[in-house]
Amino acid sequence: MLIPHIVKPRPDTGLNNGKLGIWLFLASEVMLFGALFATYLMLRMGSNDWPLGTKYLDPMWAAINTIVLITSSVTMVMAWAMSAKRNFAKFRLFMLLTVGLGFVFMIIKYIEYSAKFDHHYYPSTHVFLAIYFTLTGLHGLHVLGGMVVNGYLALFGKKHYEQDPEWFTNRVEHSGLFWHFVDLVWIFLFPILYLL
Amino acid sequence: MMDLFFPPGASAHAAGIDRMVDWVHVLMLILFIGWGAYFIYAVARFRQGKNPKANYKGAKGSASKYAEIGVAVAEVILLVGFSIPLWADRVDEFPAESDSVVVRVVAQQFAWNIWYPGADGVFGNADPSLVDEETNPIGLDRSDEAAKDDITTINQLHLPVDKPAIIHLTSKDVIHSFNLPNMRIKQDAVPGLSIPMWFVPTKTTAEMREELKSKPRYADTADEFVYEIACAQLCGNSHYSMRGFLTVHTPEEYQAWLDEEASYLGGGEEEDFWN
Amino acid sequence: MSDGHHEELGFWRKYVFSTDHKVIGIQYSVTGLAFLFFGFCLMMLMRWQLAYPNQPIPLIGGLFGDARAPGGIMLPDFYNELGAMHGTIMVFLGVVPLAVGGFGNLILPLQIGAADMAFPKLNMLSYWSLFLGGVTMFGSFFLEGGAAQSGWTSYAPLSNIAPSGQTAWLIGMIFLITSSLLGSVNFIVTTIQLRAQGLSFFRLPFFCWAQFVTAFLLLLAFPPLEAAGVLQLMDRLADTSFFMPDGLVISGEALDISGGGSPLLWQHLFWFLAHPEVYVLILPAMGIVAEVIANNTRKPLWGYRAMVYSVIFLGFMSFIVWAHHMFITGMGTAMATFFQTTTMIISIPSVIILTALLLSLWGGSIRFNTPMLFALAFLPMFGIGGLTGLPLGLAAPDIALHDTYYVIGHFHYVVAPGTIFALFAGVYYWYPKATGRKMSETLGKLHFWPSLIFMNGIFFPMLIQGLNGVSRRLADGGATYDFAGAVGPLNRMQSWSAWGLALAQIPFIINFFMSLRAGEKVGDNPWDATTLEWAAPSPPPHGNFTTEPVVYRGPYEYSVPGAENDFTPQTQEG
Ligand code: HEA
Ligand code: HEA
Ligand code: CUA
Ligand SMILES: [Cu+2]
Repeated sequence: MLIPHIVKPRPDTGLNNGKLGIWLFLASEVMLFGALFATYLMLRMGSNDWPLGTKYLDPMWAAINTIVLITSSVTMVMAWAMSAKRNFAKFRLFMLLTVGLGFVFMIIKYIEYSAKFDHHYYPSTHVFLAIYFTLTGLHGLHVLGGMVVNGYLALFGKKHYEQDPEWFTNRVEHSGLFWHFVDLVWIFLFPILYLL
Repeated sequence: MMDLFFPPGASAHAAGIDRMVDWVHVLMLILFIGWGAYFIYAVARFRQGKNPKANYKGAKGSASKYAEIGVAVAEVILLVGFSIPLWADRVDEFPAESDSVVVRVVAQQFAWNIWYPGADGVFGNADPSLVDEETNPIGLDRSDEAAKDDITTINQLHLPVDKPAIIHLTSKDVIHSFNLPNMRIKQDAVPGLSIPMWFVPTKTTAEMREELKSKPRYADTADEFVYEIACAQLCGNSHYSMRGFLTVHTPEEYQAWLDEEASYLGGGEEEDFWN
Repeated sequence: MSDGHHEELGFWRKYVFSTDHKVIGIQYSVTGLAFLFFGFCLMMLMRWQLAYPNQPIPLIGGLFGDARAPGGIMLPDFYNELGAMHGTIMVFLGVVPLAVGGFGNLILPLQIGAADMAFPKLNMLSYWSLFLGGVTMFGSFFLEGGAAQSGWTSYAPLSNIAPSGQTAWLIGMIFLITSSLLGSVNFIVTTIQLRAQGLSFFRLPFFCWAQFVTAFLLLLAFPPLEAAGVLQLMDRLADTSFFMPDGLVISGEALDISGGGSPLLWQHLFWFLAHPEVYVLILPAMGIVAEVIANNTRKPLWGYRAMVYSVIFLGFMSFIVWAHHMFITGMGTAMATFFQTTTMIISIPSVIILTALLLSLWGGSIRFNTPMLFALAFLPMFGIGGLTGLPLGLAAPDIALHDTYYVIGHFHYVVAPGTIFALFAGVYYWYPKATGRKMSETLGKLHFWPSLIFMNGIFFPMLIQGLNGVSRRLADGGATYDFAGAVGPLNRMQSWSAWGLALAQIPFIINFFMSLRAGEKVGDNPWDATTLEWAAPSPPPHGNFTTEPVVYRGPYEYSVPGAENDFTPQTQEG
């Protein structure tokens, strides 16, 4: 292997390459969602008919989804812990649970979106809906991305796990960091879109 | 110094801006000439042929530190002493509307709609749905009492000399920028916003023509001189030709012009629209 | 380090879908140079229209078809298309790929003594994302209505209502942004994690520092533009109104949209990226110039630490000056005061870096080879560009200067005889490392001197035009306006200079390709340099170094008193 510190942390920085990479990636994600939050604020401050979220949206579904995502963060941590304890079967169980909860989240999103479209609420109807669809849509894409990676680790990770469990566990950890971040974004989205 | 280059200034605040531009350029020239002379000297003196052995330590002394501090101090002076007050004067110190000529300018692709409130001093209502490019480009609601005497022109701004002019600037479509080089005025016209700006024209068009005759650079064309309004923000394919005109009158001439415009309003306003 | 099984890689894996940082670096460099050339060609067409408005373009005028240039006469739409794409291509597809992707990839891992980048596959992905972005941008010229034509700044609402070329521009930008984000993660991790033993941060060559800070700018400033791009795509494709206020009337038709958006929102998001972006254009250039100057004065850089602190400070500050591009959008005193103050503050680290580079000449034993000539010319040229930034950064003079040719003159001085010259210096300087051969000095000088003269012939008059109030982006160069008349004739001289500049590039192009085969063969360290890249073979093999390098000293130990050579490589023990 030509490149050092892929698995073992570099002594003076205390990090392995992947972990530093994922943190940097998340920093850029913060800027991405930060810009969209700033957009939300600017549109809201410039508007004289900003609706309460409840005018268009149903906080019930979103509240359920919040619980779903938070639960999935817990199962994600469990999956990582199982991998660190070198128990692949349990790792797989928790990881599949995490993916499953992501799936539930997406289904609820689908129900929500369809309800909007049934009422003829489109992104073009009002800037509030425009930013709602953009933020939740982009967030949904992130959930989907996390599900793909997690699903891949759960279903096709066995070989890698057996070759190098430490490396594999690092990967689970990095994927987990991303998953928690996506969860965190939702925790911001929920109040600003549905409640305030 | 820079008025060698600038279009001749004709507003009360023009001299302030010009002076400021002068001072910045003085600072820039000092730095450029100072460092430039050093640069040429260093490159010549320390060329390999002349100085075959480099000195590990290199430059000593703290002249550079003083130079850097000097730059910083000069910048602070320019900032606090000139730029911030000049800016505040532009955007905060508006004269009273009652002492000023108040005009609205509605930019569009590719013309300036100039809109005066008329004798009553009140702007009437306008509504985008009433817009008709041929007859009513700003969508003025002529059924509104206040709108009946409003005067609109295209690309022709008229102002009296030595009286503050307040211009409320907006746009119908995309962003334009209302640029009067002689007045040292430039302001973006942003759709959805109405942005006020002000200046005091100090030379009538006729006075300016006279003055230019004595300047070799402009003498040939002095008789045709007009204050031009340029669009400074890319706004589409005819951005380059979105040209308007300002005529600065004596107060009497200005009143005469207003009266004449008002007289067109009674009947047949359509024909006279494109005056 | 086994090269054995790598030998078996087929042509495609070795030269096209390679994960080797050097191959990727060369891919980036060639792509960047090709787009620079293309952007240059677009500009030369514009220069015709500016010098001879509405006269048929000679010789090639017929090639553009009736939609763009009926009878060879350039339509304003075509001019705007050229202008927007010249700006976009030069910035995002010319300089960034060459300066960051190219030099960053080729040199940075070598200078820190690494075998490759930290994430080779990501590196490859990043190049191919750039490539797709380039193809999208290039392809957009063939769309109905042509490529984007709302300026490289794509101000809404103009860009919202523009033809489909704008959609392609947005999609292209999203590819380019993705590429830069992946690349910047890679650069940062590589610099932090893969430094050779003994190479502490304050032993990094200044070039590495410049790339390191640049990577942070890309990482953190690009996402807001990505957000803006998504919002504008929504506006264009899903009829949202993010950038569209109420009551718009376009060509006499009231628009049937929800309204409620803000045109200035686009500008904030755009400039939040685009100001840091201009430092992305200059920092790698400063890095290259620092390397070349240290090497060719045969002495250490003066004030290396101050330069490092300055570049870090510059990086931080560059996030809070963006609205100095927006003074004229109706800004109140508080905001204007804030942004002009930060702008003045950010000029100080540039002054410090320039001062350090200038003082580095003192006491040197200066060799005037081609890379050094370009690096030396960079100093006063960047000086003019930087100094003309000051009146723009002060809000009051900006009233007169905003959106005039003064701005065009300002930034071309920093990017053209500034950055482009530095990049040329880098090409001449590191060419032997990449190929094992030197470029011709004679052709190099034939490239340098006319380029220097013509660059000034183009850009200096722009400052004068700007002071005269001539607006930028005028399809007839200001012929419509009387006040621009006095400086109109300058346009001809500028255009002839631009075409002269084109001729001056011929020796470079010949040199570049000829030297591949006919250049003088040189050893690993032809310039007697100290930094690590010269400790690797030229060209470096897969894995770069034959023995793992260990660093014992700072980057610029030239003419150390008592040493036997006038350079002491970083790897030399003791
Ligand atoms: C590489 C790119 C680059 C760099 C480095 C800079 C550097 C600076 N820029 Fe520039 N700028 C651009 C690229 C760049 N700019 C671009 C592309 C635009 C236009 C975008 C558009 O609208 O399309 C722009 C526009 C622009 C504006 C907006 C103008 C307007 O639209 O009205 C402003 C205003 O504040 C500004 C300010 C500055 C300042 C204060 C610096 C400072 O950082 C400069 C500091 C440097 C110095 C002060 C020089 C010090 C040197 C010496 C003292 C040595 C002299 C040496 C010798 C003689 C040997 N720039
Ligand atoms: C990095 C950025 C960059 C660079 C390098 C340049 C380089 C040049 N630019 Fe450009 N320009 C912009 C960025 C840049 N420009 C931007 C952002 C705008 C604003 C657009 C807008 O309004 O939206 C603009 C606008 C602009 C205008 C104003 C248009 C207008 O407002 O109407 C003009 C006018 O003359 C101009 C001219 C030039 C010239 C003469 C060069 C020359 O200096 C070109 C020099 C280039 C070279 C010397 C390259 C040579 C390379 C090779 C020869 C490659 C060889 C290849 C191999 C070996 C494989 N530019
Ligand atoms: Cu209106 Cu440019
Ligand atoms: Cu800037």
